[in-house]
Amino acid sequence: MKEAKILIYDGSFNGFLTSVFKAFDERIQVADIQKNSVAQRGLFSDTETVFTQMEQAKRVWNGIQKKSNIAIKNVYFSFLSESKGVEMYLYQYIKKLFSPTDMMQLNFSDAIVLKISQLAKSVGREKHRMEAFVRFQLTQDGVYFANIEPDFDVLPLISKHFRSRYADQQWLIYDVKRRYGIFYDLHKVEIISLDLKEIYTNSIQKNGAFTNIEYDYQTLWNNYFKSTNIKSRINMKLHTQHVPKRYWKYLSEKKEAV
Amino acid sequence: MSFERTLEKLNILADAAKYDVSCSSSGSKRKNANKGLGDSSGMGICHSYTEDGRCVSLLKILLTNHCIFDCAYCVTRKSNDVKRAAFKIQEVVDLTINFYRRNYIEGLFLSSGIFKNADYTMERLVAVAKKLRLEENFNGYIHLKSIPGASDELMREAGLWADRLSVNIEIPTVSGLKLLAPDKNHEDFIKPMLKVKNEIIQYKAERKVLRNTPKYAPAGQSTQMIIGATGESDKDIMYSANHYYKNYNMKRVYYSGYVPVAEDSRLPAIGSQVPMLRENRLYQTDWLLRFYGFSVTEILNDKHPNLDIEVDPKLSWALRNLHHFPVDINTANKRMLARVPGLGMYSVGKIIKARTFRKLNWEHLKKIGVALNRAKYFIICESNEWERRDLQAVQIKALILRESQGKFRKNYSSQLSLFN
Repeated sequence: MKEAKILIYDGSFNGFLTSVFKAFDERIQVADIQKNSVAQRGLFSDTETVFTQMEQAKRVWNGIQKKSNIAIKNVYFSFLSESKGVEMYLYQYIKKLFSPTDMMQLNFSDAIVLKISQLAKSVGREKHRMEAFVRFQLTQDGVYFANIEPDFDVLPLISKHFRSRYADQQWLIYDVKRRYGIFYDLHKVEIISLDLKEIYTNSIQKNGAFTNIEYDYQTLWNNYFKSTNIKSRINMKLHTQHVPKRYWKYLSEKKEAV
Repeated sequence: MSFERTLEKLNILADAAKYDVSCSSSGSKRKNANKGLGDSSGMGICHSYTEDGRCVSLLKILLTNHCIFDCAYCVTRKSNDVKRAAFKIQEVVDLTINFYRRNYIEGLFLSSGIFKNADYTMERLVAVAKKLRLEENFNGYIHLKSIPGASDELMREAGLWADRLSVNIEIPTVSGLKLLAPDKNHEDFIKPMLKVKNEIIQYKAERKVLRNTPKYAPAGQSTQMIIGATGESDKDIMYSANHYYKNYNMKRVYYSGYVPVAEDSRLPAIGSQVPMLRENRLYQTDWLLRFYGFSVTEILNDKHPNLDIEVDPKLSWALRNLHHFPVDINTANKRMLARVPGLGMYSVGKIIKARTFRKLNWEHLKKIGVALNRAKYFIICESNEWERRDLQAVQIKALILRESQGKFRKNYSSQLSLFN
């Protein structure tokens, strides 16, 4: 029997797909697939560093997509969950996908399939939340700016949504946790990295970076949020279930509650 | 525009509009094709939730709370002593655009008290929508209220700019309406509803021939009923809801537990509890009718005019029809699976897909997310263990209630609490 190997990749999605390609191509017995930033050497297994190759990644992507659209979405979404050990789950998932048993991505009685579809579902949920909870603030130089801190790396997933929605304004959404953002300059969306000196949460204090009219509208929104509440039906449990507290600091309507 | 004045108006007119339940922003297909602002081609988004747990997806305001009518259940009725205010058309437009640009909302839900007459009011609502679409290039969601008694001409124009139109019939029975809103006429509610329905059908037909026919109210129309204001039965409510779904192609009927807003001998007193659980059961029934293939007569009829408060309507139907059960998960058809208590439509879909690979057992069902505490009395699967006792309906109900917890249970429990 061949010795099991740990594959180390650069952390990108394409890097991961390249590792999958390599494993299939060279018939490697895979012990684990790890990001180079968190790689741990195994005691009894070799490691091998994988260099990202776009064509190879593309071939794996196309191969999965040809099998099923649900599967490709599940693979990409659950990869973005950044959850520990997700690479190995995904590798097994993809292996199953290419095995002769057809339609396996619908086999919810299989533990791996269920796990991947659940991971993809949580990422999808976070994506949807970010589409809802982004709060733009208008800066002095006319850019609508928002900070987010999502549980999963969802910026690549929400870019299209915001591009088609805010086609006539410049906007920038910055992920504080992962230290990169997406910026729309009225023509296209670009990935940018910024060194932000401070995090612009929705504090009660005004910040010189934003326009005065911005704070007027925040006050109006805040007031609207309060007036539209029906006191005799209050249900704080349901409220925090829908708007978990970890998001509050970026929501202008929850300013006072933070 | 003075900021302080706008702030005051917003407070008054948002407060008055909050009893409208609808906040749906889905179902429209208005793509951002003109590089303008907004896109409502996908699913609805709840941008926030109020402390009562309701979704905030639209800027929900009245244009004015001046009103010539005196409906007992309404907070803006003529005789009520509240602060009155009115927005200018431009003010509503500015608020909507600026809230939308900051990603606070999906669009606008504009309703209004009736000042002067129906047409005068409707004209202004239409003007706001038109301005948003034509001058601001706005592709977000617009929900306009159809003012009862508005002319056909105006209703036709309204649908060209709005995504959804709605008339709230408020009181499910004609007699109730006579009692609480004597100066309103049942026909006035029906007329705009009928007009909108016919226009939708006509525009849809024309679109099949000419692709660039403008869209007419692409998200359809909806209506709302107040629950618990006039002593109507659940059967009255659901039969009337069913009538509107069938005959007026309603997208949604909303049920709104009556929140006491006035001292009036015809109505529940101020401070009486909002019938939230009943509201919940009505929505469950509504879902059973629209998605689970139930017909309204199966759930509510002369023998059972009211829903069981203790258990959900599907379980209560199943308990009355034990001869249909147990159902075999691995062979039953979709219609019958949907009727099993504890199985939602998502689980049904997953079961149907998963069982083509292997026979499912309890472990699989649990992982799929079936509420086995209820379902286990009604199904068999690939296992030797199933409920073998010959249980009566009351026994099953008692067992389920004993093993589960309900968040509303304390409201109707007859057991005395020891420490209160």
